[in-house]
Amino acid sequence: MSAPNKDFDPVEVTPLRADELERVRDEAVAAVAAASTLAELKQVRIEHAGDRSPIALANREIGALPPQARKDAGQRIGQARGAINQALAARTAELEQLEEQRRLVEETVDVTLPTDRDPVGARHPITTIQETVADIFVAMGWEVAEGPEVEAEWLNFDALNLGPDHPARTMQDTFWVTPASAARVLRTHTSPVQARTMLTREPPIYVVVPGRVYRTDEADATHMPVFHQVEGLAIDKGLSMAHLKGTLDHFARAVYGTEMTTRFRPSYFPFTEPSAEVDLLCYVCHNDPAEVASCGTCRGEGWVEWGGCGVVNPRVLVACGVDPEVYSGFAFGMGLDRTITSRYDIADLRDLWDGDIRFTEPFGVGL
Amino acid sequence: MRVPLEWLRSLVSLPDVSTEEIAERLTMFDLKLEEIVGGGITGPLTVGRVLEVRPEEQKNGKVINWCRVDVGALNEPSVPDAPGDDVPSRGIICGAHNFKPGDLVVVSLPGTFLPELGFEIGSRKTYGHVSDGMICSTKELGLPDDATTADGILVLEPGSAQPGDSATSLLGLDDQTLDLEVNPDRAYALSLRGVARDAALAFGVPFQDPADAVAVPTGSGGYPVRVEDPLGCPVFTTLVVTGVDPTRTTPSWMARRITQAGMRSISLSVDISNYVMLELGQPNHCYDRDKVAGDLVVRRAEAGESLTTLDDVKRTLTPEDLVIVDDNGIIGLAGVMGGASTELDDSSRNVVVEAAFWDPATIFRGERRHKLPSEAAKRYERGVDPELTLRGAARVAQLLVELGGGTLEPGHTTIGQAPARAAVTFPVDLPARISGLAISPEDAQLTFERNGCAVSREGDTFSVTPPSWRFDLNDPYDFVEEALRSAGYENVPSVLPTPTGGRGLSRSQVLRRRVGHVLAGTGLVEVTTLPFVGPADFDRLGLADEDPRRTQVLLENPLSSEEPGLTTTLLTGVLKAASLNVGRGHEDVAVDEIGRVFLPRPGAPDAPLYGVDRRPTPEELAVLDASLPEQPFHVAFALVGQRVRRGWSGPGRAADWADAIDVVRRLGEALHVELVVEQAQRAPFHPGRCAAFRLDGSVVGYAGELHPSVASAYGLPERAVAGEVDLDALIAASPEIGPRPEFSALPVAKEDLAFLVDADVTAESLRSALVSAHPLVESVRLFDVYTGDPVPEGQKSLAFALRLRAPDHTLTDTEITEARAALVSAAEQLGGVLR
Repeated sequence: MSAPNKDFDPVEVTPLRADELERVRDEAVAAVAAASTLAELKQVRIEHAGDRSPIALANREIGALPPQARKDAGQRIGQARGAINQALAARTAELEQLEEQRRLVEETVDVTLPTDRDPVGARHPITTIQETVADIFVAMGWEVAEGPEVEAEWLNFDALNLGPDHPARTMQDTFWVTPASAARVLRTHTSPVQARTMLTREPPIYVVVPGRVYRTDEADATHMPVFHQVEGLAIDKGLSMAHLKGTLDHFARAVYGTEMTTRFRPSYFPFTEPSAEVDLLCYVCHNDPAEVASCGTCRGEGWVEWGGCGVVNPRVLVACGVDPEVYSGFAFGMGLDRTITSRYDIADLRDLWDGDIRFTEPFGVGL
Repeated sequence: MRVPLEWLRSLVSLPDVSTEEIAERLTMFDLKLEEIVGGGITGPLTVGRVLEVRPEEQKNGKVINWCRVDVGALNEPSVPDAPGDDVPSRGIICGAHNFKPGDLVVVSLPGTFLPELGFEIGSRKTYGHVSDGMICSTKELGLPDDATTADGILVLEPGSAQPGDSATSLLGLDDQTLDLEVNPDRAYALSLRGVARDAALAFGVPFQDPADAVAVPTGSGGYPVRVEDPLGCPVFTTLVVTGVDPTRTTPSWMARRITQAGMRSISLSVDISNYVMLELGQPNHCYDRDKVAGDLVVRRAEAGESLTTLDDVKRTLTPEDLVIVDDNGIIGLAGVMGGASTELDDSSRNVVVEAAFWDPATIFRGERRHKLPSEAAKRYERGVDPELTLRGAARVAQLLVELGGGTLEPGHTTIGQAPARAAVTFPVDLPARISGLAISPEDAQLTFERNGCAVSREGDTFSVTPPSWRFDLNDPYDFVEEALRSAGYENVPSVLPTPTGGRGLSRSQVLRRRVGHVLAGTGLVEVTTLPFVGPADFDRLGLADEDPRRTQVLLENPLSSEEPGLTTTLLTGVLKAASLNVGRGHEDVAVDEIGRVFLPRPGAPDAPLYGVDRRPTPEELAVLDASLPEQPFHVAFALVGQRVRRGWSGPGRAADWADAIDVVRRLGEALHVELVVEQAQRAPFHPGRCAAFRLDGSVVGYAGELHPSVASAYGLPERAVAGEVDLDALIAASPEIGPRPEFSALPVAKEDLAFLVDADVTAESLRSALVSAHPLVESVRLFDVYTGDPVPEGQKSLAFALRLRAPDHTLTDTEITEARAALVSAAEQLGGVLR
């Protein structure tokens, strides 16, 4: 450091010479540019912009200048320092960005590692198919009715025109609840819910009833003592077989697509008159003449059995308190378990009941 | 019902269309085709006489027969290598042994195609000989099997044919038979008469009732009869035929029709009896008149009486059984089966022919009581034409005269008469209105008349009297079905009804679905299991003897005596399912089931059997419901193995008691119900690791770690956990409107406080004390539990993170200090000391 310029003489101070300041500045800027890491840049900052850097030392020399020279020198130093700081800031940003890029590259993971740490749940297809069917009917303005599985004999049989000596009772092998004299059964169909609905509500009635039913079949690949049905009941003024056909056609198309059609065949059920079996166009071969003969699903029929249906027998209406002179109605019912097994090509009905999680898992939370 | 096509065509003049088309038309007429039987055999299927049978033992010890068979004109001049090869015949290898030289058999010579086998028979070398065809079994011919032919060769009646005759035409194998499914309401179609009438209707051709062609004896005569139970036996007819030649055999045409119809040709008189049942639908019975003593009497049996039926089984009777007796005792179970004592035998010459109309319900019950299904009972229980008894008996007599050489004694005995049928009235447009198909009253009337009804029309009302054979035509809608059958079910138009707006799913339906989704979202896989369980299941759960869950709804006729009733807990199902999965090699299993449990209601009344002529009153309906067990929906689940799977990121985490409780907690949150967790002791759980869930004061479920002995009983690893909740109770408590969101944007003050408490102070009790300690407390969350040095023995440290906030201003230091003091004081109430 030069001695104070007490005489206020214009003295030539080397560090404050313009060319010297330019050199210092250029050196600093070059050093900044040469720094390749933030750590190096920190060192450069100390050396070229720190308290003991040439520019800082030069700043101290200002005091040695005569007052009239200080302003110029101050400006020169300010400019040089500004240039250095700017270079430092720019390089810092550059290096920070580079460092981040490097860090992110280093943090690369193998995204193909398995991520299934938390188990995934699933819902049973019998549950979801019941919901699917319910939704189709709810969308038409129907409601979903339910009833108990242990049911009064009167509701399971008598109210449905299945009197004690009706031959059709033998068509349904019934589980009787002990004691038999108490007249309780495991419901053999969802139809007692029809009766319950009519007994507790005023027409018009449009209800669909999905649920579990029981027959005394030993479990094997194609039979189970417990299975699921969905049943429909409509009671209104002026309903006919044509409305039944329209409803089933709509239902079939909602499940199997717009090309689907149904077919009625005469049949017999005590609770409907007239009664019909309803067949679906085979959803595999579509009764196509080129394919139907070899079709394993419909076994060459072109149609597959879907369920039973008919106009509600007025005797049932009377037992359930609906005036058959005013109202008529229709009912239908079909099995759901076989819908699942046939659509998913499941050979053994017992798979639905065993509880092996590999059966349910592929269905996820919806069909 | 098997309907031989040749027989059907003999009764009604059907157009010359394919068998398939006839079947299709009948199917659309409610006589559904099951299958078309027969007609597929081609080639030289021939009657042969066995000339010689030479048993030859094979290396494997099996004995086969090297046979020489005379097939008449189809014989080879000589058979090299055959026994007696100088006689014209054919050499055939046969593995069966139920025939002998001299027997008439059926031989499929090379070139014969048998559909049952699916290939053409050839001449081939086997067991060291050239077998020039095959001796056929009933099964190979597609004939109905029974005990006498089940395991062997069909041996024909001696003298029924000559070697070289076509066996195809002899056995009617070139005829096709329709196997039709007859619904219980169409009893009349269990006869050729009934099917022919429907076929005539279906094809629009005229029909002559074969019953009308039977000559009917007049005047009294027959065999004396007393009917003591006219309700059980409204009509009873007897005729007497004498001098029947017992050596006469059944003509081949009759045997063929009977065989094709699915019955067995036995002897002439038995065949005639069956033939008339098949032809007209009138079951009948032939007694050996010389074995019957005194009058035939129809009455109910007395308790303890017994009868040996034709199948040689002695049956004990009840007062509900309707029987036929003579002076020597019971000789028949009415409408079901005859007795052995008066059965026709090889020397019977004089026959009492009986044909009756029995009360269908009586026959139905008797057949089931004695587990004795018969062709006769099948028809009687559904309803036999009550006006047919005399014609049916006369037809039997006519055939006994024509074919058996007998003489019909004059007159008949007929007791009672067919109940009169009432006319049914209904609007003429009812068929169109109910079917939705444009059926004109004129078309409907024609249909009714062609079905045998008497129809009168007054203005817009039909009055229709059904024929005696139609038990299914009683109500107006029954006639709608009849009209629709003729108009064509396939022509019903498709019209979508328009309900007047439903209310959507019920709240409980919506919430049950929600629970299903929450469980799946929690990683549980839903199963459905059979609800049948028994004491062994409750033992496995470790239920105490007096545990109410052992009280089941029991079944009269369970499939297995091990599982006599319905389950009271879904844990039986989910633990079995978990066990099955573990047994199949899954280490980590999380399963749930949503379903009903069945809880007997002590003192429940019997379910009344009301009449069906009116709606039961609300009080009567309430009794029905009160008679049923409670059947609430429950949810149960089991977690076994790892809850978070071991993998590259860490060792995973085993499912533990807390996971079980958390599943239930999630259900509570999903339904917006506040479940209070309490320490509990209950099977099948670990006594120290079981939580009860209390909802509005009542316990609604339990969850926790399984008792080690229960886990072991189910083959599950230790520490497996489970839970079960009364879903109906949760749903019932779920509010229509859930909690209102409450939060503040103002700054929060956070305080962490740890307290020393006695070991038996539950975390929940301290937490809830802190929550209510001061109005500024926004939330309290336990973040640490610590025991051990320096916490004194018998104590634990519970550390909570607290958030304090006011809804309307930033908290001051004073307020925070006050709140903190209140929290410490609340903890002190439970003996807690701030650390």
